[in-house]
Amino acid sequence: MTGWDWGVASAAFPLMLKGLAVTAEATVLGSCLAFVLGLILTLLRLSRVPVLAQVTWAFVEFVRDTPLLVQLYFVFFSFPVTLGIKMSPLMTGVVTLGVHYAAYTSDTYRAGIQAIPRGQWEAARALSLPRHRVWLSVVLPQAIRRSVPSLGNYLISMFKDTPILLTVGVLEMVGQAEQAGAANYSYVEPFTIAGFLFLVLSYPSSILVRRLERYVGPR
Amino acid sequence: MSDPGNAPVAAPVGTDEKITFSKVAKRFGPKVVLQDLDLNVKVGERVTLIGPSGSGKTTILRLLMGLEQVTSGTIRVDGEYFSHMERRGKLVPASEKHLRLARRRIGMVFQQYNLFPNMTVLRNITEAPVRVLGKSRADAEARARELLAMVGLEDCEGHRPHQLSGGMQQRVAIARALAMQPEVLLLDEVTAALDPELIGGVLNVLREIAATTDITMLIVTHEMRFAQDISDRVLMFDGGQVVEEAAPGKLFSDPDHERTRQFLSAVLEKT
Repeated sequence: MTGWDWGVASAAFPLMLKGLAVTAEATVLGSCLAFVLGLILTLLRLSRVPVLAQVTWAFVEFVRDTPLLVQLYFVFFSFPVTLGIKMSPLMTGVVTLGVHYAAYTSDTYRAGIQAIPRGQWEAARALSLPRHRVWLSVVLPQAIRRSVPSLGNYLISMFKDTPILLTVGVLEMVGQAEQAGAANYSYVEPFTIAGFLFLVLSYPSSILVRRLERYVGPR
Repeated sequence: MSDPGNAPVAAPVGTDEKITFSKVAKRFGPKVVLQDLDLNVKVGERVTLIGPSGSGKTTILRLLMGLEQVTSGTIRVDGEYFSHMERRGKLVPASEKHLRLARRRIGMVFQQYNLFPNMTVLRNITEAPVRVLGKSRADAEARARELLAMVGLEDCEGHRPHQLSGGMQQRVAIARALAMQPEVLLLDEVTAALDPELIGGVLNVLREIAATTDITMLIVTHEMRFAQDISDRVLMFDGGQVVEEAAPGKLFSDPDHERTRQFLSAVLEKT
């Protein structure tokens, strides 16, 4: 604990890159799930089927109002017992992150749909487009386009939430950092590298998202 | 909501009657927008509705497009119920499905154009013919190109709406409505959102359509010269009721009612 040891840093670095691949995998799969499931949740909430809309609303609220860590433990420990669903730690993480963030992306889509001017709906109805066509051709393309920057922000948030997966034994980047730290009795180097890698990836991404915002903003 | 109990089972309409409003009322909450309106439009007739804002003109077009529902009374198109449908001998308010079928005969051009920003100009025009009428994409595109040429925009088929001026967007919207081969065309203040120098182009396109087709037209406009040129009949509205109706030559030069005279002088003052 006397400062920076380049030997420890260079020993830890390859392991952490390996961990970064797992982090990336969890983020990509988790966000795919969040983007698709979020849209499905939105459509269910806006559906005119009364019970379905309310149950979906309650589910979204429940997910938003409970901590991610609790949800992760719940899926990891109780799903195998209560539902008989056994998943690898990584899949457990992907599913939890995906469902957790779907609750948020669902609000994003909903805002995007509600921002569509009434005239668009009316023009579509005046052309006799069937209901599903109105959604597929007119509403969703515009709503999703408006949602892209916000979805990008959730992708970055999810990326930074992945270290939570180490609590169920996923060796992602921070998990690798911890192991490297334990092996060398020095945690400063691996955790500094971890922070640095998060920063190096997140910062350009958020600049990109801000660019997208400007690009998507005015139609 | 529409009350079928109030809908009189009206007498059959004449064969040359395209649109028939019978005792139509429309209220938004306590606000009465239309009251006891009887209105007939003949096949191929061009009828212009004028009057102050809030007098119910636009509501008539929106009712006829199925974007609003009547509070009471009935609307028929070609003698068939539009606002209602018959079920087990009774008149009930039209379902969305009934409206979707009934709407096919009617096209509308809106004040704010309402083009789909996520589609090219060509796609805006072909989407409904392909999805609703079941036309092949090639046929729909060929027809769309004819229509674009007619509105003077043959070079714009690949553009997105936001790349066009308001006047050009409105001409695309006219082409989009015509692509559905409507028997009735509703024009809702189609030049009201345009810069003055863009209005003429849009009106000329509409004059051309009026001259070369037999589409029945219902027009809400504040462009009095255009109304005079294009209309067979002009209806002056105020407070949800028809104050006066006459041929344009008569109504614009020698109106019978003081209210019409006031309105016309106020509108003409502006231009």
